[in-house]
Amino acid sequence: MDAIKLLLFVPFIGFLGLLPYANKIEPYILGMPFLLFWVAFWMVMASIILIIVYKFDPDNKGSDSE
Amino acid sequence: MNISLLIIAIFLVLALYLGIKARKGKDMDMEQFAVGGRGFGTFFIFLLIAGEIYTTFTFLGGSGWAYSKGAAAYYVPAYIFLAYVLSYWLVPKIWRYSKRHSIISQPEYFASKYKSKSMGMIVAVLGSLALVPYIVIQLKGLGIIVSEASYGAISPVAASVIGAVVVTTYVMISGIHGSAWTAILKDFMILVVVIFLGIYIPFHYFGGIQSMFETVQAAKPEMLVLADQGLSQSWFVSTVLLNALGFYLLPQTFMVVLSSNGERTLRKNAIALPLYTLLLLFVFFIGFTAIMEIPGLQGADGDLSLLRLAIQTFDPWVIGVIGAAGLLTALVPASVMLMAASVGLTNSFFKVLVPAATETHQLIVSRIIIIGISIIALIVTVTGGEALAILNIMSYSLITQLAPSLFCSLPKTNIINKYGAMAGILAGVLIVLYATIGDVKVATFLPDIPHVINDISTGVIALLINILVTFIVSALTKHISIQQTEMNDLDKIS
Repeated sequence: MDAIKLLLFVPFIGFLGLLPYANKIEPYILGMPFLLFWVAFWMVMASIILIIVYKFDPDNKGSDSE
Repeated sequence: MNISLLIIAIFLVLALYLGIKARKGKDMDMEQFAVGGRGFGTFFIFLLIAGEIYTTFTFLGGSGWAYSKGAAAYYVPAYIFLAYVLSYWLVPKIWRYSKRHSIISQPEYFASKYKSKSMGMIVAVLGSLALVPYIVIQLKGLGIIVSEASYGAISPVAASVIGAVVVTTYVMISGIHGSAWTAILKDFMILVVVIFLGIYIPFHYFGGIQSMFETVQAAKPEMLVLADQGLSQSWFVSTVLLNALGFYLLPQTFMVVLSSNGERTLRKNAIALPLYTLLLLFVFFIGFTAIMEIPGLQGADGDLSLLRLAIQTFDPWVIGVIGAAGLLTALVPASVMLMAASVGLTNSFFKVLVPAATETHQLIVSRIIIIGISIIALIVTVTGGEALAILNIMSYSLITQLAPSLFCSLPKTNIINKYGAMAGILAGVLIVLYATIGDVKVATFLPDIPHVINDISTGVIALLINILVTFIVSALTKHISIQQTEMNDLDKIS
């Protein structure tokens, strides 16, 4: 497994691991109670992390395999 | 006939037309039928995998859970976006192996990896067992949507039957091409409807999304956070992990992966899909508004909250459009599920029993199985009465029992063997069935156990035992070499 793919663990650890601290109503962010904002925040983070992984992933170099 | 029923009927006919037309110009062999000749690019794969985000379950069940259980409903988008993150690494490996070995179904994949026809059969049965509740969710949701949106002109049962007939018809004719074409119509409709409703409804009743949430907070603050026990944090984390692991093990998602035209298509999809799950937030906005606006829906009736609120708010023609979108969210996923179950059973049972069967025979048998599964699902739909989310969690608990064998099969040398894999799967499945049917939790045996442990999803506990059994049996049977005859037989059929 390429080192860059270890970044894929980040959403699991960040989102679920810090859940006890995020399980609260306030502060409201973007109109949402904090817990719902936390879910939305990690969805966006997941995409950003995947873009980074995709960019540096050696598997995507050259022509599509097979 | 009222205007909303007319609009729903028009979309039903349109879906049937697109589904049948999708066949045009395709020489239908098993590979075309099941995985579209492995030719789908980023766009179709996106729509087909995203089909899983907007099923009737997320549409009605998502808002229904927000309505009746509050923040616990967040588990739905949470497991879906984490499944996409996992997919970046997992799914290209599955695609590559399947392409090299001309595999078109999930049971075939396991049979090939473990060089065992019995393994294929077990996976095919388990897959079908997990798919039936899932198809039932779609048909049940379809019944609810059409019946409510037609202001009761069509009964839920009649609507479920009509929907099942339409979806069965176009799947039998066009295979997965039918699903792909109807998916275009579906995603367009659902996007427009969900975003419109999710913004309009909170603004209409409360003047904004934050003020809507503040009203809920003032009346029922417990709805906006996870509970201390029951649907607690440990329930949330375990259920999210379980479902994220199980997502690509669902036979229909697995099959969509195989229909991709390349690994990069799959990786690109992994990037875009988490953002697409953001749209589920709008479904929650509707569910939370319904808490204040239409109180009093009990139990499984929570699934009605979205439609009841819409009916209270809008003119009949808008309800017709919502109903049509809801109808499509049932048809598209149901069609892929029917395909996946039927191709799996055809490949791992019929082909093994009748090795001489031609492609034409296999196509006929797949179609007969599609009809059979439709009928079984319809019977369960009409007779059963569970809330949608319970059925969803049960499907995932069952199918995730395949996770240890899948993950162990990925490296070059597999540390477990087929005996361990099969024993583990059977142990896990039996525990899930026993616990679900008997309503057994850990506290049944250990009454003093803390809630943190008791709330852990049954599927996760079954999975842990499954892993234990898998490794123990693999270690004990290490000396048994794989019988040469079975390997040869398998080479012949594949």
